[in-house]
Amino acid sequence: MQLTRAGFLVLLWLFVLAALRVVRSDLYAASGLRASGLPGFRRSEKSARGSKAPRQLVVTHGALTGTRISLDGRPILIGRADDSTLVLDDDFASTRHARLSMRGTDWYVEDLGSTNGTYLDRAKVTAPLRVPLGTPIRIGKTVIELRS
Amino acid sequence: MGSPAPTGEGSPGASVATSTSPGLKAPTRRGTELVMLSFAAGLVTLALILVELNQERSLSLRILYLGLAYLALFACAHLAVRRWAPYADPAILPCVALLNGLGLVVIHRIDLAMEGTVFLDGSTWDPVAFKQVIWTAIGLLLFAATLKFLPDHRMLARFGYTFGLVGLVALMLPGVLPGFIAPEINGAKIWLRLGPLSIQPGEFAKILLMVFFAAFLVSKRDLFTVAGRRFLGMDLPRARDLGPLFAAWGVTVAVMVLQKDLGSSLLFFGIVLVLLYIATERAAWVVLGLGLFSGGAIIAWKLFNHVQQRVANWQDPIARYEVIGGGYQISQSLFGLATGGIGGAGLGAGRPEMIPEANTDFITAVIGEELGFVGFAALLLIYMVFALRGLRGAISVRDSFGKLLGGGLAFAVCFQVFIVVGGVTKLIPMTGITAPFLSYGGSSLLANYILVALLLRISAAARAPQRVAKPKPQQPAIADQHTVMVERPK
Repeated sequence: MQLTRAGFLVLLWLFVLAALRVVRSDLYAASGLRASGLPGFRRSEKSARGSKAPRQLVVTHGALTGTRISLDGRPILIGRADDSTLVLDDDFASTRHARLSMRGTDWYVEDLGSTNGTYLDRAKVTAPLRVPLGTPIRIGKTVIELRS
Repeated sequence: MGSPAPTGEGSPGASVATSTSPGLKAPTRRGTELVMLSFAAGLVTLALILVELNQERSLSLRILYLGLAYLALFACAHLAVRRWAPYADPAILPCVALLNGLGLVVIHRIDLAMEGTVFLDGSTWDPVAFKQVIWTAIGLLLFAATLKFLPDHRMLARFGYTFGLVGLVALMLPGVLPGFIAPEINGAKIWLRLGPLSIQPGEFAKILLMVFFAAFLVSKRDLFTVAGRRFLGMDLPRARDLGPLFAAWGVTVAVMVLQKDLGSSLLFFGIVLVLLYIATERAAWVVLGLGLFSGGAIIAWKLFNHVQQRVANWQDPIARYEVIGGGYQISQSLFGLATGGIGGAGLGAGRPEMIPEANTDFITAVIGEELGFVGFAALLLIYMVFALRGLRGAISVRDSFGKLLGGGLAFAVCFQVFIVVGGVTKLIPMTGITAPFLSYGGSSLLANYILVALLLRISAAARAPQRVAKPKPQQPAIADQHTVMVERPK
């Protein structure tokens, strides 16, 4: 009887550990980082390979701060429309506000005829502009930037 | 004219990329979910076997069938997730399955214990475990239906105000209706009796009101964050923006007064406060809200007898052991937990018939007695994993309505567990609220399954690979375009 009692508790804890394992392996998948790519290791990996390709888009200011979108070569639409990649709830953003798209290895930002404009580090975006890593793009009250 | 280079090829290139790039496909992890569900079903079956053994009942193949039936039930839920929300979080459903299964086993175990006492003193007892199994099945049906008919959680935001109104009516209804429809059971007027069925509309109101508040805050968020002035290092909101907070406070107090339901009012107010905090990221709301709540609580304590009783029972339950409406319940629950100790008495070997309301409010005390501290801690960790995954989905979903709703739902479950376990262990005054997924009660179970479906929906939206935007006119008509010099991309 004692054995079954302890055995059940052990199994219960095994379930908890298994659940935590699922959580752990999933931790970075949702944010667009790979499970192996823990933040500490990522940096060294990057410098070793010397690649400067942006891998994710990070929202640094505004209501969606902290949101990350991983870049996989597909264009990213930003605006208030429901089908945008990054859906903004910002009175200063237009329905289809801006688009980020990839050409070669570089990302370009273009304004899709928004009312209040898109700014790439203080400069108003009137034509597609190349987006360097870590340069803030301001759309209404939201600021995003590309990171590797 | 220099055509905007990336525009020209962005969209068609992208649509090709989705159809022909299996390498980029995000893992759905449904297999993991199925494995975990089987694990949960195995644990539940084992728990049932232990109960039967410890109660010295004959073991038969029937138990195995019950376990398999349980697995089949959740396999159906799993298939529903696979079909309608393939990218949903893999850890949420197994956690719910285990909690619900353990709840069923413990309710069955309490039935056995109560049948024993009936045999001794001739009182009456209806076994309820089977009813709870039916409720579980209906809950899972509702769960699948929610996933099917709600392909996108943002659809809910459109009906925000409708949901708010319905939720408010549902919350207040038992308080204002006459006694023959809404009887006062155990001192709380939170039930609606419709023929043979009793439902607790407050459980559903919880979700409806959360949808309303999330939708409301998303549309009005700027008001709360921008306006206001600084005072004592906090950004205080303007007086007229305090409306929703005062409204929530008023409803809370009304629930407390009309329905004598302290737990629900605490839960409801906590949810509103957290949603406000998530939406605005301002500590001032929390400080103000807590101030309001303590003010309300002190006034309620001064005015109402039943609140005074609860507080007195909390301060010293043993001293008020003999008083009617006194500390008997909490004392018995504490005795149960003490009997359990570190390792527990073993499933089926405790004395749950000694604990009042063992299968609803005090079910965690029964579990604490039979599984001990070690098992109880595991149970709380399972709740934690559940809430963690809910919050994770809320963080990574890409729209603010989903963030608010997901955060609110995950927090609601967490807070409910805190209120009930805090009450049972004498950390806070006992308020009489169900433990999510564990307690006996149809309304609570159904509402919580809808809540799980919503959380899965949000996490599916967060984890699914981004949809490619529909092809559409890329740029304004050529006549509207201004001529610009474009740098040739290097």
